[in-house]
Amino acid sequence: MTFVLYLINGVSLGSIYAIIALGYTMVYGIAKMLNFAHGDVIMVGAYVCFFAMSSFRLPPIIVVPLAAGVCAALGALIEAFAYRPLRQAGSLAVLITAIGVSYLLQNTALLLWKSNPRVFTSIVGTDVIKISGLPITYVTIITILTCVAIMAGLTIFTGKTKMGKAMRACAEDKNAASLMGINVNVTISLTFAIGSSLAAIAGALLCSAYPTLSPATGSMPGIKAFTAAVFGGIGSIPGAMLGGVLLGIIEIFAKAYISTQLSDAIVFAVLIIVLLVKPAGLLGKHAHEKV
Amino acid sequence: MNKRLTRIQTSITASVLCAAALTACSQNSGSSGSFKIGGTGPLTGGAAIYGAAAKNGASIAAEEINALGGIQFELQYQDDEHDAEKAINAYNALKDWGMQIFLGSVTSTPSVATSAESNSDRIFFLTPSASSTEVLGGVEDPLTGIVNTARKDNVFQMCFVDPNQGLASAQYIFDKKLADKVAVIYKNDDVYSMGIYNSFKIKAEDLGLDIVSATTFTESSQNDFSVQLTEAKNAGAELIFLPMYYTPASLIMAQAKSAGYAPKFFGVDGMDGILTMDGFDKSLAEGVMLLTPFNADAADKLTADFVKSYSERFGEVPNQFAADGYDCVYAYYNALKVSGCTSDMKASEICEKLITTFTGGGFTFDGITGNAMKWDNTGAVTKSPKGMIIQNGVYVGMD
Repeated sequence: MTFVLYLINGVSLGSIYAIIALGYTMVYGIAKMLNFAHGDVIMVGAYVCFFAMSSFRLPPIIVVPLAAGVCAALGALIEAFAYRPLRQAGSLAVLITAIGVSYLLQNTALLLWKSNPRVFTSIVGTDVIKISGLPITYVTIITILTCVAIMAGLTIFTGKTKMGKAMRACAEDKNAASLMGINVNVTISLTFAIGSSLAAIAGALLCSAYPTLSPATGSMPGIKAFTAAVFGGIGSIPGAMLGGVLLGIIEIFAKAYISTQLSDAIVFAVLIIVLLVKPAGLLGKHAHEKV
Repeated sequence: MNKRLTRIQTSITASVLCAAALTACSQNSGSSGSFKIGGTGPLTGGAAIYGAAAKNGASIAAEEINALGGIQFELQYQDDEHDAEKAINAYNALKDWGMQIFLGSVTSTPSVATSAESNSDRIFFLTPSASSTEVLGGVEDPLTGIVNTARKDNVFQMCFVDPNQGLASAQYIFDKKLADKVAVIYKNDDVYSMGIYNSFKIKAEDLGLDIVSATTFTESSQNDFSVQLTEAKNAGAELIFLPMYYTPASLIMAQAKSAGYAPKFFGVDGMDGILTMDGFDKSLAEGVMLLTPFNADAADKLTADFVKSYSERFGEVPNQFAADGYDCVYAYYNALKVSGCTSDMKASEICEKLITTFTGGGFTFDGITGNAMKWDNTGAVTKSPKGMIIQNGVYVGMD
């Protein structure tokens, strides 16, 4: 019984990681860059939800799309100002810029909204339902469903639509794609916009499950989710989902059955072992670097 | 070219003059007649709430004192981002400014670094809220019995030193028969939480309180407490002791509620602030008990006046850090008067006089965080914590 409870808790935590990891993996898969500011876009999305709900009393059904829209615009803006000028620069320069953007967002949030943590009102309520005696929160159910829906949506989008195909072409080879008449800038902007709107949804769900919100809220889950994305195979959409859920379960089980003190060490030890055996992650494909 | 050269020469002359002026300053900084009092604290970053509160509290005290005439204070706070290295830079900036007395750093980790510096520079150090024993030095570790660092004789605290909070909490739970089976959740990457837990554990064993579950979390895992709560529940804990700040504590309470578990919660001074969190569902904290030196709802005139001017100026109810900052400046005010220091004295002279005053035994201080506070050679303050319980969304004294 306790085992099942821990499993549910693990899946619940893991699905939050998964939903953030989807944004990471989407941007990495297409733009081939690690957007370390992703965690902070989550925080911005959560603040948009918070203010829309507390100051304007908007219902969640409007709040979440609103936050997704704001974050999509923010993502496109960040891409245009911080990453596009570095399109031809080395990957290290872009990585450092991403870290810079992350700090910029965090400290701007600190200036605007102060460091006092705020309590986020859950977008789906705090009700608990009992399934054969086990308490499961609505947030868990909604998060898992959203996660699966986003994963399916993204897979169809990148696989079937014209824009999705353009994204995959850019991922393959930017120069060749532009020779084939694909507007690389628009495609990458769109990638960032989608990735950031996913971050807004993740922010709303993260803060519904763990209801404190401060400018540093996004950074730690962001790093864990990045780990999950690498674990599942970065660039792979189902991989992000699998990595996230597994990471959550391992974390909870390590805490429950081994030691709360060692849980992080165990999580990362598992990660190291997986990467030693499968360097591209669980579902990642090993692509040869083009010279 | 020529012009540039002149400019360089001018700037060199200017800086030489400046340096001369600074030297003059440190010999005779009382030209304006005010004491230069400095402090470092996290004004930005994740711990900014504590630094900002201490700074605001101290600045209100300084303004009130300046308005009285008599001793005048010039207060400067530098940002240390809750980082030891940045705190040293901030401390050096304050020294360059001509700081004569030091409010230390607001949080423990930076204070460990700045207290060592101020000890060798002979600048008196009274921190509002850095409660770790390592700040003071010379205190033996309750677990190992080893004294880690030598006592820094110029360093004093306004807040309780961590082990005392743990001891007092265990004693309180035992005396009031609040529970037989106790669970503890603590943050094992934080000196504050660890320090309190270690002394709590020793005291609880002495008293025969049964700690049935002790679980941990870290900075990177402070979202999900389902496992810790399940363990406590399965072990039959009637009370959970939470030696931590209020942000994780608020999550623990919310998650306990979703899990259908309703133990008593007992917190320490870091729990203070939970009721003023924007949007916090106060019913979650119903019945939470804590030991704290400061209660913003207290009826005495000192506290009421402070709370009034603080909320007018900063638009929020002051927490314990603000109160500690406020008390520090007033303690300095009293001690400087008693010891007969004047603002034209060097930092080191003031330091020696203040050490004599603080440790002499005759000096007591009544503030908003305690009455008849006293200090001794260890640097720790003696004051009695107030047991509080949250009822209908406000703190009520338990005694």
